[in-house]
Amino acid sequence: MTTTAPASRPAVPRATKRTTVDKLADFADSRIGAAQIVKGSARKIFPDHWSFMLGEVALYSFVILLLSGVFLTFFYIPSAGLVQYDGAYEPLRGQWVSESYASTVDISWDVRGGLLMRQIHHWAALIFVAATIVHMARVFFTGAFRKPRELNWVIGALLALLAVFEGFAGYSLPDDLLSGTGLRIASAIILAIPIIGSYMSFWVFGGQFPGESFIPRLYTIHVLLLPAIMLALIAAHLFLVVLHKHTQYPGPGRTNKNVVGYPLLPVYAAKAGGFFFIVFGVIALMAATMQINPIWLYGPYDPSPITAGSQPDWYMGFLDGAVRMMPGWLEFQIGGYTLSGQTLIPALILPGLLTGLLVMYPWIEQWATGDRREHHLLDRPRNAPTRTGLGVMGLTFYCILWANGGNDIIATEFNLSINDITWFTRIFLIVLPPLAFVITKRICLGLQRRDRERVLHGKETGEVFRLESGETLERHEPLPEAERWLLVQHDGYTPIEAASATDANGVRRPGTPFDGVKRRLSRFYFGDAVLPVTPAELAAAHAVQGGHEAIGNGGTDHAISGSADVARTGATRLDH
Amino acid sequence: MTQIVPGGASHDEFPGNDVVPRPAGVPDRFENPGLPEHRPRLADIDRKAARRAELQVSLFFVLSSAGTVLTIVGYFVFKLDGASATELEASNFLIGFGLFLTLFGIGVGAVHWAKTLMPDHEMIEERHAVESTPQTKADAAEIIADGIDESGIRRRPLILASLGGALAIAPLPAIVLLKDTGPNPGDSLRTTLWANGVRLVQDPTRNPVRASDIVLGSIFHVLPEGLTVESEYDYLEEKAKAAAIVIRLEVSEVAEEARPGSYAGLVAYSKICTHMGCSVALYEQTTQHLLCPCHQSTFDLRQNCKVIFGPAKRALPQLPIGVDDEGYLLATGGLAGTPGPSFWELG
Repeated sequence: MTTTAPASRPAVPRATKRTTVDKLADFADSRIGAAQIVKGSARKIFPDHWSFMLGEVALYSFVILLLSGVFLTFFYIPSAGLVQYDGAYEPLRGQWVSESYASTVDISWDVRGGLLMRQIHHWAALIFVAATIVHMARVFFTGAFRKPRELNWVIGALLALLAVFEGFAGYSLPDDLLSGTGLRIASAIILAIPIIGSYMSFWVFGGQFPGESFIPRLYTIHVLLLPAIMLALIAAHLFLVVLHKHTQYPGPGRTNKNVVGYPLLPVYAAKAGGFFFIVFGVIALMAATMQINPIWLYGPYDPSPITAGSQPDWYMGFLDGAVRMMPGWLEFQIGGYTLSGQTLIPALILPGLLTGLLVMYPWIEQWATGDRREHHLLDRPRNAPTRTGLGVMGLTFYCILWANGGNDIIATEFNLSINDITWFTRIFLIVLPPLAFVITKRICLGLQRRDRERVLHGKETGEVFRLESGETLERHEPLPEAERWLLVQHDGYTPIEAASATDANGVRRPGTPFDGVKRRLSRFYFGDAVLPVTPAELAAAHAVQGGHEAIGNGGTDHAISGSADVARTGATRLDH
Repeated sequence: MTQIVPGGASHDEFPGNDVVPRPAGVPDRFENPGLPEHRPRLADIDRKAARRAELQVSLFFVLSSAGTVLTIVGYFVFKLDGASATELEASNFLIGFGLFLTLFGIGVGAVHWAKTLMPDHEMIEERHAVESTPQTKADAAEIIADGIDESGIRRRPLILASLGGALAIAPLPAIVLLKDTGPNPGDSLRTTLWANGVRLVQDPTRNPVRASDIVLGSIFHVLPEGLTVESEYDYLEEKAKAAAIVIRLEVSEVAEEARPGSYAGLVAYSKICTHMGCSVALYEQTTQHLLCPCHQSTFDLRQNCKVIFGPAKRALPQLPIGVDDEGYLLATGGLAGTPGPSFWELG
């Protein structure tokens, strides 16, 4: 357009030609304030580290679950009503099966791409829970849960718990022999609840097990209730990540007051966006090549037959293992009623306690250490030896339970007695976790001491000298500043001192009854702490070795004891 | 408070840490050396390398398009009408592999693009404390206080009390309305279709069983006669309680207390595990043990199916059996106990 506006109209400045993009941008901005949003977030900085991808894997598998799940709902029929199967899978024809089972077999055998979608959905579910738990471990071991991120840790823990429930609900829906057996166990757990157990079971199942009500109810829970709650929690989780800004690993230039990394636009849009496609692609490849949950081979649920080696999905394994470990004497009568401890303890009390401990951990540590500052720089796990030890202890406990969930498989694969395996895992469960704690903590302390050594003595150069006096020396080079920084940047902690009962004026201090516990906890955390090297210590170390400065060309020298060491070093220069 | 030692303020109490007096002029801690110098990548300095990276990225995107075509072709090539397992496998692979290329191509292309061609200068963003300023906190507190004040809830305790009561009991309907999700259990957890005179029929053929059919070392899975999909009973629900097994022992091996319910060495037991209700269907001939594959509860047939290992507590209840005029096995009464998992009212 080249004509000028008639005088009667208000003049609109048209300095530059407006493109479609400009118009769209204006449209968005004048309605939702898009410019402000872009300005505030498009160049947000995210730090880079491979371990930050674990949470991404979890997030993306959740999205993949939503997408593939929608496809499955188009064909799946949530009904326990019995029908005679007449689909493409020959061996089942004519059998009485539930509609949910028949429709799941149909998805696999009669719907093109249906088997692929089922397998994508199942693999994505397994990966979702796995990524969630590994992500959680990363957050734990690096101390990312510390203030101000405690609430996000709690949200994450709830998500992990819901993920397990959601997964269980999902693999129960096909109503095949294996999943029906799982539901039978679920109903037994509900029955074991004191006082209201049998009523609850009848409410949940709409009467006797299995009934025809449960599958449709479970369907609503699986496709609506739990995903909606999880989606809301994930939104809150991500909102808090943005609000707090991402944590970062320590390193040169990284401080507790900044974020160093790359901008959302364009780098992370491409990297994180691309990574979604990679995760989806890999899961598609798994679904294309690796069979999972072939329910047509298991047959429809029937309370009478069963297959040897019945195994739940992996994330239920630790609960199953705990149940398998219990001795029967935990069931007993009180006042004419039955209490099934062997079911209640592993299936309800244990997961409740574990979740409770997980959720509370940030505050437990805060209380024990008294550290209530904001932390945005991550810990190297070695620099928090007690926490790292506790984490490995928890993982050991979990893994023993999990391994026992496959005790029958272990027994048949390795030709062992299942009774012996069960006995050993019972003992392991008590002995190994504390042992894992002690070993891990010692390893961490050892690594910290090595870090100190490296800072104080520098790098071994392999250049060995002999002085006129006959003393043999190896020249050490001081660490480059950036390398040294990683080893000295962290805070050292010392345990709480026992405060005297009275203050400076002789007045009794207002102590709390927990002071003693707190002191002991603080000693537990920091009693044998190894502190980072200070500049003074480094200066002193140089001074001690300083007599050899002239020979060392500005480096530090370190006396080595025997001539054998000299022989071992490659570049031996005795007459410098 | 735990002392947080910024590198060596009080080292004395730590064995393994040398006590070092701090000379004047030496700082408490090391200085953060700051961001390392940016090192250019090959593509930053070499135009050819950049051009190569560009081609690689595009190649991945083209690969993705090829994958999409493959997916669609795979969809139409295999119709899956009366499919064989091989056809299903091929269809699954073709569609899945195509989809993999579609997605993976886009993903790897984008990441490669970001890594090789987009700027890799590290950028710094300042953090700000999450905590609000004292002024903001004071303002917020005042706003809340004003709100409460204006609502008048403090001055009108009647409103507060009645609202509190209303809100406290308001969730009750949510619980009460769920009551009809199922009937009360009544005695249905204890009762089964087994009764005096009910024939034992094999599962799944529904053929009646002759005592002579069962030889030493074999196991027969049985149901009460008349329980079929078309029968008047709740099929799976009754089956989940009534499923049983019949096994022949040497007459001398039958436990004293099991003798009255046995027939010439034949004993019948509920096969619903008293632990969690799985089917106790693994039979070890040599030891005469029954093993539950779910949690390995082990029951000894020679000891009236007492639990000898695993998490179950109660023995599998015996089904007393005899034979009718035609020589077929029948129950001579109900199960000797409650089948399946324990519950509170079991006693």
